[in-house]
Amino acid sequence: MAALGTPLRTLRALLRELRHAAGRSYRDSPAYRHVLAAFRAHRVTSEKLCRAQQELHFQAATYLCLLRSVREHEALHREYHGRGERSPQEVAGLVGFRLPQQPGGKG
Amino acid sequence: MENLNIPGPLLLLASALNLLPLWGCLLSLSACSSLIPQDFYSDSPGGFEINLDHRKLKTPQAKLFTVPSEALAIAVATEWDSQKDTIKFYTMHLTTLCNTALDNPTQRNKTQLIRAAVKFLETDTVCYRVEEPPALAELQKNEWDPVVAWAEKRYNVTIGSSTSILGPNIPASTKETFVSHLASYNMWALQGIEFVITQLKSLILSMSLIDRHITVEKAVLLSRLEEEYQIQRWGNVEWAHDYDLCELRARTAAGTLFVHLCSESSTVKHKLLQD
Repeated sequence: MAALGTPLRTLRALLRELRHAAGRSYRDSPAYRHVLAAFRAHRVTSEKLCRAQQELHFQAATYLCLLRSVREHEALHREYHGRGERSPQEVAGLVGFRLPQQPGGKG
Repeated sequence: MENLNIPGPLLLLASALNLLPLWGCLLSLSACSSLIPQDFYSDSPGGFEINLDHRKLKTPQAKLFTVPSEALAIAVATEWDSQKDTIKFYTMHLTTLCNTALDNPTQRNKTQLIRAAVKFLETDTVCYRVEEPPALAELQKNEWDPVVAWAEKRYNVTIGSSTSILGPNIPASTKETFVSHLASYNMWALQGIEFVITQLKSLILSMSLIDRHITVEKAVLLSRLEEEYQIQRWGNVEWAHDYDLCELRARTAAGTLFVHLCSESSTVKHKLLQD
């Protein structure tokens, strides 16, 4: 629990992640409004020792971890695993050949 | 009903892909508790539905997709909303968990789920120690002993650790304690717990995560302790190590969040009453 940091930091990071996920109209998204409303309702501050606040902070941190890791995972996937197979032209080009052009199509 | 607009081509793409249960891209969230008053039917599931393009989301087994918690429904809707050009189901962990809970494809009842979860204790990661290299043995002692001690104290059980290939000898009373503890969770939460245990390969780490003793990042780190040690020693390979790390974090975070949202008590209502 000590590794959670301040609630404000978690909230800001979470809202930033939601912005990445939602795009243009992120402020109208239900998630954005729900998170803000939940934090306001519990008025999370680091001084108080309210159990509900701690639970909310933990949940927010968990959701933040989820959003962040999904985004990073997708980015890694796109970069390293998303290329797919090479086309026949590319394969030929690897050894310096070109595929023959047949004006009438394949025989 | 709130509508979130996504460009038209996505709708065409989605229908062209012919993916069930995918329909479209206009996303809205509706609380069907206003349509089915839970006060009248005390034993009906009720809950929240997800609408895609004015059609209701269904599970892979064509059941209506309903979740018991509003926060969970919002999170699932956000998952669908963040799909852009293509629908990547492998990134939608909460949706998958909800589908699993609704469909129960392995057709296990509560007892079987609990038994599967507690069985993991016999092969719990944090109980299996190496003897060499000594640096790793030391690291395991420093990082894993506190978690085991916490679990033993919190649940008043004996667990211990072992360097033998057979693993630790878990007394039956310990297993009984965990069985009765897990029985206090509902079916949905149990699906989530079993999922987290399978991901982390450890019952102890999962329980300390669910009891909010450690964060998701820490739990994943502890689960991958040996890997992290080897990475520090031999170097990091981004397309494998980071890839697995992000995926494990995402799944574990989804599972934990799922468990908490499914076993929530009405804390929000209390706060409103106090105001």
